[in-house]
Amino acid sequence: MKVAAKGGWLPLLQPILAVAAGLAAGLAVAGLAGESPWHVLKILARSAFGSPYDLGMSLFYATPLIFTGLAVALPLKAGLFNIGAEGQLTLGALAAAAVGALFPAVPWPWAPLLAGLAAFAAGAFWGFIPGWLRVRRGSHEVINTIMLNFIAAGLASWVTLYLLKNPASQNPETRDLGAGYAIAKLHVFGDAPVSSALFLALLAAAAVWVFLWKTVAGFEVRAVGENDVAARKAGIRDGRARILVMVLAGGLAGLVGIGEVLGNAGRFRLGFSPDFGFIGIAVALLARGRPEGVVAAGLLFGALHKGSADLDLETENVTRDLSLILQALVILSVSADGLWDWLKKRRTAP
Amino acid sequence: MTNETPAVELRGLQKRFGKVQANEDIHLRVRRGSIHAIIGENGAGKSTAMKMLYGMYRPDAGEIRVHGEQRSWASPSEAIAAGIGMVHQHFMLAGPYNAVENIVAGAETSEPRWRWLPRAFRPVDATGARARLEKLARQYGLEMNFDAPVEELAVGVQQRIEILKLLYRDASILILDEPTAVLTPQETEELFVNLRKLCAEGKTVLIITHKLKEVMAIADHVTVFRAGKVVGDIPRAGTSVEELASMMVGRKVNLTAAPPPPPERGEAVLDVRELSLASSVGGKHPIQNLSFDVRAGEIVGIAGVEGNGQSQLLQLLLHPRAYRKRSRGEIHCLGQPILAGKAALATAAIKALGVGVIPEDRHREGLLLERPVLENFLLGLHQRAPFARRGFVSLKAVRSAAARAIEEYDVRPRSLEVAAGGLSGGNQQKLIIAREFERSPRFMVAAQPTRGVDVGAIEFIHQRILRARAEGAGVLLVSSELDEILALSDRILVMYEGRIVARFNRGEATEQSLGIHMGGGSHS
Repeated sequence: MKVAAKGGWLPLLQPILAVAAGLAAGLAVAGLAGESPWHVLKILARSAFGSPYDLGMSLFYATPLIFTGLAVALPLKAGLFNIGAEGQLTLGALAAAAVGALFPAVPWPWAPLLAGLAAFAAGAFWGFIPGWLRVRRGSHEVINTIMLNFIAAGLASWVTLYLLKNPASQNPETRDLGAGYAIAKLHVFGDAPVSSALFLALLAAAAVWVFLWKTVAGFEVRAVGENDVAARKAGIRDGRARILVMVLAGGLAGLVGIGEVLGNAGRFRLGFSPDFGFIGIAVALLARGRPEGVVAAGLLFGALHKGSADLDLETENVTRDLSLILQALVILSVSADGLWDWLKKRRTAP
Repeated sequence: MTNETPAVELRGLQKRFGKVQANEDIHLRVRRGSIHAIIGENGAGKSTAMKMLYGMYRPDAGEIRVHGEQRSWASPSEAIAAGIGMVHQHFMLAGPYNAVENIVAGAETSEPRWRWLPRAFRPVDATGARARLEKLARQYGLEMNFDAPVEELAVGVQQRIEILKLLYRDASILILDEPTAVLTPQETEELFVNLRKLCAEGKTVLIITHKLKEVMAIADHVTVFRAGKVVGDIPRAGTSVEELASMMVGRKVNLTAAPPPPPERGEAVLDVRELSLASSVGGKHPIQNLSFDVRAGEIVGIAGVEGNGQSQLLQLLLHPRAYRKRSRGEIHCLGQPILAGKAALATAAIKALGVGVIPEDRHREGLLLERPVLENFLLGLHQRAPFARRGFVSLKAVRSAAARAIEEYDVRPRSLEVAAGGLSGGNQQKLIIAREFERSPRFMVAAQPTRGVDVGAIEFIHQRILRARAEGAGVLLVSSELDEILALSDRILVMYEGRIVARFNRGEATEQSLGIHMGGGSHS
């Protein structure tokens, strides 16, 4: 096995241990709050995996997290930190909904394709801006992506409330899509809104893997992330590589819109994302920037998100916010590199 | 204490890092008041042994005796307290501060009347410290300006500040790591005078070095390390450069690359015309009105102390686009204008003309240290057939070419999977050379090609550069090692403060004449 050849099971063990440690610490917090940790764990598990519907909901939440996880992980490979997935996915979803509302007559196979391209393009444009600013003007992508999140939120409000307002709804949403835009739901999961967008997410992860490890452009991106001076000396245009990953990352985040708009709501709903873009940062960090890890971490965080939803109802002393605590603790234990190295050294020391 | 008690004695020191036995059964006796050279290739274990002596590593086994007493310490500060100090290869000085401030920092004293205050709040006794420093400087002949910011002082003076720093802390045993790497020949001479004076005053000096000629010039005794062990321990008086070299490498080496007759001057592969570069921060121009050419089949050496515009020249040759706005003049390479007026070629296009580059700083500019040898071989070749096919990397083609190259260039270990950062300096350099020669360059830039590589690799690298010349390539050699410049170059240009201040043909220059120009001597 390939993993075994590159240093055995240790690289895989770390995230698993980190998740376990984070969960244990989180449950201990629940214990401190006066709730039996075992009870909380049971609720989490049952709520996330207890029935086909629950499983479907977990997968429904996992879908956007895989996209946003990739949108953070890919720029990480080039040494860039994309905090802007939230804004990118907002505009992606808005663009998909706008296309669907403005051209309702487009028939089925073309309609989702068109909406998907629009979602990708809108997100990609929102990724291009901070990429370009970083390369040409030297302003830091972290600041700019954070700022662009606010701008995207404002833009989405304006478009939703003033340009494409749904006259039939009390809620801040856009007009409905045409009938041709709906994508297939996965009916094995009952009423859960999980759709074929899940497969698109898996496909996207595979595509990112191929891009990074098999293509010339991916090699250039990794070289820039590893050592940009050496990359430049080797004739790699590091600026172009940086802009490219930000464009691709924005596009990937934009694809969240497919699952939400085409697969679930049938329109753009303001505030539909419970910070998928930010949880994507956690997903990418847990995955240590690897696409295959993003899939695993996305599924985990999706399950966590669903699982904690029932905590409000079924416990006295903890709320769904426990999932935030759990996420934070998992990230903390993943990033405890020093501790990890220390453990490893003790193993190899004579 | 008699002179017979060694100042330093190491008995059977062992040190292991993971699977690597870095030091095995190290024995060493250093006579008080002597200059003792520690030589060995990179990775031979000489630094490890010195770091144990200096308190940076703890030995796994064995004992350290200082002036006859067995000692062990947990940190360098304990070693300093015991009188052992180290001058690192890269100086540890704060540039904007003057010599007194730099030396006293960390060892501040205060007048007795402030004793009642907690240590951290006592005012520093600057006048007392300064008086003591001036006395020490006079005693050991370490002349320096105590008031100027150290960044404005010459490298040789900065080194004296480092030595004085140790003396101020009452060090009696001084370890110097590659002390001459950054010095001009004249500064090296002065350093040697200072070291002899230190010994005459009873200090003991250990020098870690790989420059065998300097060992012969200064050391009383030589200890040779190879593969983690001591393989030779002899008085300098009974040995020679050749003997030391073969002890270090474990076989006979041919040190000076025999200078073959200069071939006919061919076409210009590089033509630099009235090139100037303005500084990005104002002040002096790092490059001023440079004109020279390199022709096919010749090696042009640029000599100079580091920081006299060589780095900027290399940057301009390879990245003219980034400097277009700040530069003047023209560069033509292999018949193409790569910098002329508003036109400038991209790096990839320049390299595609047939330019190979051995960068100055292989870690920063040449390698992806955490990536495997395979990807490092690919770096820069990745856009070319057969390695790139329709946008995809052909791993099969890379693998077979890389395997052949590391065989031909003797990169050890023979593994494509090991991370480049895990190779020794010499093997990293051979990997870079393998990669750059893969494109059969017609113009080769070799910047500090043998810096920090072992003797065996130096020989190999020099042979490879000479072979490139024999095959008709033009070579621009930038080096601060005068031996290298003198042995390889058909023409020598000396750079000082961004200008070419002297030009020599093969055989016309000596270390002395180059040294004078390198120090700006021809101006004063």
